[in-house]
Amino acid sequence: MSSLERTEASTSSGFNIDFKALGPFLALVGLFVLGTVINDAFLSGGNLSNIFTRAAFIGIIAVGATFVITAGGIDLSVGSMAAFISGAMIVVMNTLVETLGAGVETVLIGILVSVLLGIAAGAVNGLVSTKGKIEAFIVTLGTMGIYRSLVTYMADGGTLSLDFGVRGVYRPVYYGDVLGIPVPVLVFFAVAVVGYVLLNMTPFGRKCFAIGSNEQVARYSAIHVDRVKTLTYVIQGLCVSVATIIYVPRLGSASSSTGVLWELEAIAAVIIGGTMLKGGYGRIWGTVVGAIMLTTIGNILNLTDAISNYLNGAVQGLIIIVAVFLQRGDWRRKKSK
Amino acid sequence: MTDAAVHAVNPDPDARVRLSGRQICKSFGPAQVLFDVSIDLRAGEVHALLGENGAGKSTLVKILSGYHQPTSGDLTLDQAPVTFEDSEVAENHGVILIHQELNLAEQLTVEENIFLGREIKRGWFLDKAAMRLESKKLLDQLQCDVDPRARIKDLAVSDRQMVEIAKALSKNADILILDEPTAVLTGREVDILFDQIKRLREQGVAILYISHKLDEIKAIADRVTVLRDGHLITTEPVAEVEKDDMARLMVGRDIKQMFPDREPVEAHDVAMSVRDVSVEGQVRDASFDLRRGEVLGFAGIVGAGRTALMEAIIGLRDRTSGDIARNGKIVPINSLQDAKKCGIAYLTKDRKGSGLLLNMDMRPNLTLLALEKFGTFIIDRKAEEAALAKAIEAFDIRAADPKTKVGDFSGGNQQKLLLAKVMETDPEVVIIDEPTRGIDIGTKSQIYHFIGDLTKRGKSVILLSSEMPEMLGLSDRIAVMAAGRITGILEGNDRNEHEIMRHATGISGKQGVSVHE
Ligand SMILES: Nc1ncnc2c1ncn2[C@@H]1O[C@H](COP(=O)(O)OP(=O)(O)O)[C@@H](O)[C@H]1O
Ligand SMILES: [Mg+2]
Repeated sequence: MSSLERTEASTSSGFNIDFKALGPFLALVGLFVLGTVINDAFLSGGNLSNIFTRAAFIGIIAVGATFVITAGGIDLSVGSMAAFISGAMIVVMNTLVETLGAGVETVLIGILVSVLLGIAAGAVNGLVSTKGKIEAFIVTLGTMGIYRSLVTYMADGGTLSLDFGVRGVYRPVYYGDVLGIPVPVLVFFAVAVVGYVLLNMTPFGRKCFAIGSNEQVARYSAIHVDRVKTLTYVIQGLCVSVATIIYVPRLGSASSSTGVLWELEAIAAVIIGGTMLKGGYGRIWGTVVGAIMLTTIGNILNLTDAISNYLNGAVQGLIIIVAVFLQRGDWRRKKSK
Repeated sequence: MTDAAVHAVNPDPDARVRLSGRQICKSFGPAQVLFDVSIDLRAGEVHALLGENGAGKSTLVKILSGYHQPTSGDLTLDQAPVTFEDSEVAENHGVILIHQELNLAEQLTVEENIFLGREIKRGWFLDKAAMRLESKKLLDQLQCDVDPRARIKDLAVSDRQMVEIAKALSKNADILILDEPTAVLTGREVDILFDQIKRLREQGVAILYISHKLDEIKAIADRVTVLRDGHLITTEPVAEVEKDDMARLMVGRDIKQMFPDREPVEAHDVAMSVRDVSVEGQVRDASFDLRRGEVLGFAGIVGAGRTALMEAIIGLRDRTSGDIARNGKIVPINSLQDAKKCGIAYLTKDRKGSGLLLNMDMRPNLTLLALEKFGTFIIDRKAEEAALAKAIEAFDIRAADPKTKVGDFSGGNQQKLLLAKVMETDPEVVIIDEPTRGIDIGTKSQIYHFIGDLTKRGKSVILLSSEMPEMLGLSDRIAVMAAGRITGILEGNDRNEHEIMRHATGISGKQGVSVHE
């Protein structure tokens, strides 16, 4: 009952709502304090840039996932999709080396292929679930298997490696920086800003909220529900594509184990950030913070001996559950018990 | 005999008081909704709680049954102070509330719902046979012939209400509170419910019955408490107050004119014409003209095809044949988007299920249907805020705090917001399905006048309603449907209940069926 009382207060006083929006930020600050206490090296420029660069992958994908989840959907295929797109990029670029040589054109065409595949893969998820009227969970569980096995097939069960010459040209996309800020972090920031504007300030974003909170109401409000939902999957595909574009130069290879469990990390980042898993409410900045939090936890575990690094997954899992538990009081309304 | 019955025979009315609230105040954040309200429920008595939408009736009874805690004031049970930490504690004391919004698990069956959390067991296993038998008995008592194995989601709303009541009966309620139970019931079902209430009263149960329907209160209640804007106005024996007085006490002013004045419209000025529209299995060759500035009522019994016809007109349902013309030109309407473009708007009767986003506040709700008006690429917040301020003013939407989720609004305010939302698209033709379902008379009258104002501004209205006074009071003409056909369009002196019934039942041959949908 005490949670019910809290709900009532939050509906009418701005204070609680603000606190709720700030929750993930406060938690992140807490983690940073903890990291600093544990090890001085935590706040060093190198370590911080390491955290943000790693957070960029999951973060970019999670921005896309925020759209899908806000509109009441779910995409389990993003990890496999990332692996598949990486594989396809490498194959295409390696093939082009023979005709175009290992130049910028080759990389640009590789990027173009990645974008097109991202859009296509997202569109498949969206169209099959909306037009085929199949639960997104099922559809993306299916495509998760399909994309994963496609990359295994392309790699013939092994590893696809990017041509050495192309690697040299492509390298700055991951390792480069502008004014000391790593390129992936800049891209992450840009994706987040665009995502924020799209979700919070445009009619499209408003429609995502509406569909996620009540599809029937959205339909009666003359919203093209299927179209909007499909678009959220396309945005998700695009985000996966952007993430792979900066991921490929990092390792220069792709295999069947690329991107494993990324979908879970992406969804976790979204949920920690305060977006509701059942849809109707999404928050891009929360997602960004969620992604950074997940990476920070891993980083702190690396810096301390108190907890084994192998328990990273357990700590992350715990944080997710606690985050959702803390948010629940504000959203489970009117239901006693 | 039960506890309740023992209480009921005590001749001293004060001694029969079971549950009472003293000086109850309640605030939600900064908004106070109850002010020093006191009420007592006696064994063997039906106590009616009367008030307009938003008067605080639901809030008061939620406090009496442990769903809310009072901000100040206290409760006594059998003259001893008591605190209900939550609804479970209250139920353990025999206090049971049937909510205004039904609270059933849609995916579960009737019997599973009735015994939810109190399953009958044999050893470690559920005793399904016993639960089924018991459910059947309870439903039979209510003369409700739904199958205990049916899933709630497949039931009509009125049957769901009966299941709620069966569930409360099965909990052996000593003190039973019903929050507007008849809002979704048909006439016959209301009679059955009243029989049950009388039976429980004889058994000594203390009953609190919430309604804003004066007839019902006259018919069933012994005492009545009137609540207005969160204040207790009076508590009196029902026999001593006239209906008019009750209405006045409830609304706080005289309702001079329930319906707007109608002005004659030009018969040749047709805003929309519908020709030979058919819908597979539901509507056959429906044709009618909607004149500019008129209210055209649509009457008919359940299954007459009114809703199907309207859904076909606005593109929510496939037509097998027929055309729709606006201002003399045939328009292709195959989706709600098309209808919107042609200036036709639809106000759903299901304001919670398909009308409003209950988890959001007013602003996004108001602009959702007309979103493109507020910006192609970026939504203009300022324009939205301005539109909201205008709508609040124009439709007299009363929310203490504009940030309140519309799910917490009273039905009347929700309906006004829904009307405002639809009018944002500036439609020429407005189809309104059940404009005042579950709404009190003061707000009803307001909504009728809003509709009247629309027609004065040259809009044309189609009205679907199951309430005869509303149909007769608002409509210029009344089209009657039976078995998928329009059997007549009544004008002038033919516009009366008798003619409507004759046309509504003529074809199907069902006599004396009341007009409900
Ligand atoms: N959980 C809540 N949070 C904020 N305001 C509420 C809540 N529940 C009800 N209210 C407000 O309290 C007032 C009384 O509502 P309610 O008790 O539902 O009235 P009634 O049942 O008489 O129609 C309304 O103004 C309503 O908006
Ligand atoms: Mg109420």
